Amino acid sequence: MATGTPLISAKGLTCTFGHGKKKFTAVNKVNYVINDEEIITIVGESGSGKTTLAKMMLALQKPAAGELLFSGKAITDKHEHWRKVQAVFQDPFASFNQFFTVRSQLLACFNLFTEKYTVDQKELMIDKSLRSVNLDPDAVKEKYPFELSGGQMQRLLIARIFLIRPKILIADEPTSMIDACSRASILDLLLDLKKELKMCIIFITHDIGLAHYVSDRVFVMCKGEIVENDHPDKVIKDPQHPYTKKLLDDIPVLHKDWLRPAK
Amino acid sequence: MRQFTLLFKNPSFLISFVVFFGLVLVGLLFPIFVHGSPVDRLGCPFEAPTAHFLLGTNEEGQDMFVRLLFGLRSSLYVGLFAGTIATVLGVVIGLIGGYKGGLLDNVLTMLTNLFIVIPSLVVLILISNSLGPKGRSLEVVSIIIGATCWAWTARAVRAQAQSLKMRDHVNLAKLNGYGTTSIILMQILPYTLSYVFMAFIIQMATGILEEAAISMMGLGPYDSVTLGFILNNAQKAEALVNGDWWSFIPAAVLVTLLQYSLFVMNTSMETIFNPRLRKEE
Amino acid sequence: MAPILKIDNLAVHYKTRFGQQVHAVKGVSFELEQGKTFGIAGESGCGKSTLVNGLMALFMPPLFYTHGSVIIDGEDITKFDKERLRINILGKVISMIPQGALNSLNPTRKVKDFATDVMLNHHPEMNKKEIHELLRNRFALIGLDPRVLNNYPVELSGGMKQRVVIGISTLMDPKVVIADEPSSALDVSTQKSVIKMLMDLMDKGIIGSMIFITHELPLLYHVADDIAVMYEGKFVEVGKTDQIIFRPQHPYSRELMDAITKLSSEGERYDAKDKKGVVA
Repeated sequence: MATGTPLISAKGLTCTFGHGKKKFTAVNKVNYVINDEEIITIVGESGSGKTTLAKMMLALQKPAAGELLFSGKAITDKHEHWRKVQAVFQDPFASFNQFFTVRSQLLACFNLFTEKYTVDQKELMIDKSLRSVNLDPDAVKEKYPFELSGGQMQRLLIARIFLIRPKILIADEPTSMIDACSRASILDLLLDLKKELKMCIIFITHDIGLAHYVSDRVFVMCKGEIVENDHPDKVIKDPQHPYTKKLLDDIPVLHKDWLRPAK
Repeated sequence: MRQFTLLFKNPSFLISFVVFFGLVLVGLLFPIFVHGSPVDRLGCPFEAPTAHFLLGTNEEGQDMFVRLLFGLRSSLYVGLFAGTIATVLGVVIGLIGGYKGGLLDNVLTMLTNLFIVIPSLVVLILISNSLGPKGRSLEVVSIIIGATCWAWTARAVRAQAQSLKMRDHVNLAKLNGYGTTSIILMQILPYTLSYVFMAFIIQMATGILEEAAISMMGLGPYDSVTLGFILNNAQKAEALVNGDWWSFIPAAVLVTLLQYSLFVMNTSMETIFNPRLRKEE
Repeated sequence: MAPILKIDNLAVHYKTRFGQQVHAVKGVSFELEQGKTFGIAGESGCGKSTLVNGLMALFMPPLFYTHGSVIIDGEDITKFDKERLRINILGKVISMIPQGALNSLNPTRKVKDFATDVMLNHHPEMNKKEIHELLRNRFALIGLDPRVLNNYPVELSGGMKQRVVIGISTLMDPKVVIADEPSSALDVSTQKSVIKMLMDLMDKGIIGSMIFITHELPLLYHVADDIAVMYEGKFVEVGKTDQIIFRPQHPYSRELMDAITKLSSEGERYDAKDKKGVVA
């Protein structure tokens, strides 16, 4: 990917909410380039604009100014865009409509496809996607979301990605609502998925540990701006921006003093 | 579904449910058992209740028992018709305004607020009066009632839609490429249903009461006997002064029973549905 | 030193609508000394939050007492009736900072009025003026700007709300404070300020001792003196913080420790394993 157009490029991207006195700039003249098959992590506290940045990439939020290009082209057809750019959300419980079964939630994805599939083909594809996230199709297909555990639902969200096979996946705090032990397995699942589909993953998180573990590059966001954009080792060992320094300082880790000298 | 089994274990709901649907069954099925016309002169005026005329006769010698059954039927009909119109209007306006937002929402909210501040009974009286007696069929009256009572439902549904549209399952449906109509119907509406059902019950009660109110003023439908019309007749014939209790007390009791059972149904549903709503927040 | 709080073989259960009993806490024992922090680690659903209710002897249907004792000052509070518990124990001797603290303030009332209610609950003889004076002094003492007393909860940021809740929960100088995931909804910098406040309260002697519940082990490492690892309603391992974090014995504790070290900024990177890195 040394030459050619980057997968995603943003120039002067800005997003504001409200009018007049209440006007609030969530993302302020941001520039970035994301390449094919990269894993990017956007780190920042709540209100830093990281979720808004992601929503613009997902075409769920219109930018107020600036340009956002995918393989050199602006978003024209949203339907086509969502074939290529998909998301896994933070709260698996809120991500599914509790009135529909797992099967119908996954069948809903076929709305995106221009190809026509027969009912049997669809069922086979659904089964396959469920198996690839270690869910037993016979056990979960007829269940309703509230009958599943948080970890299972998060897997279901990932099964959806297996089915759609996008080029870009935006994962908004994909592991913050599930417990520590299943957290690692969900991450591995996402990374396997990345290998299989050769996609680019953009993680959004406030968990620097996660960012360090998986990403090729880390963006640190503060007050609507990207203040750091570098390799994770560099960001963690040699942070440039004062905000990054404070952030790293405030995270409790085992081998460093925090609040008071370590025991 | 568990909510509904719980609902039927709640004694106050059960009693009000049995009372209301008992009355509905009576309204539907009485022609099988009771024959007779509500308008034919069958006896002498002002006969006290006897074995033949269970509830006596009125000033024109019409059988009050038969009139009461017909009245019950038309009142229920008005309640159902007006309640449906009001609920559908309120839900549609609330969902569209809440989900779409922007200018459309501003216009719809303004309209809603307008209907909230204008007392619907006054509008009802004005419209009924201007239509003249020949223009007021049971259906027309129901439509007028329905068209003036939707505002509270619209306001509540709008608030719910506004918070529901921020949820991730709505975003996911967008990412699946679904359009506004589908999202409103599949992602928003189901979550408001328990509220909508409760609102419908209240709208039904309002419909019955408003019809009784305007009929009593002599502005009711011309083509049917309703409970309000019976009360209006009794008033005109000075039944209260003459002590003809049978010509107004049964009708008044029926209106009260209908209102009471619907309201108890509503409040007992709230106790079941609300803890769940709170948990979902 | 004699412990402030002694829990002996405490068990509680839920009754479901269908008449089954779910044993959420199955025989838990520990002791808590003055000035110490006892950490409880475990996954969601392991019974942590149910244990909190048990520790305060708050048995309200569908939660029921099975067996065991909670001894504070030599008295077993599981034997108290509800009214005595409410007036003499809760908030006064043992106080809780709730998990969803951000929503535990009444949005329609000023912080001041809410705190006044709490004071009046325990000191009905005081008048409002005295209470307001006392609240101002108290907030200044614990490092909160007394002006927030005149704010409505919506006017405060998440971290400030949480600190106000802590301030109000500790008004009666409780001997034991139970902090149930007090910072899980906050970002790291705010989390640090909240934890710092709790530690300061302990140093100032306002709080006697603390039970700290979280699933974030690095945080627990810095806060707790002893840690219990909870799994399926039982303590599978109890020990000194260092021992639990660095030399866990029980297979479940080990799994938990592995999961955190893997995903910490001190751990190995994923691409160190097998990835053909594509760095821009």
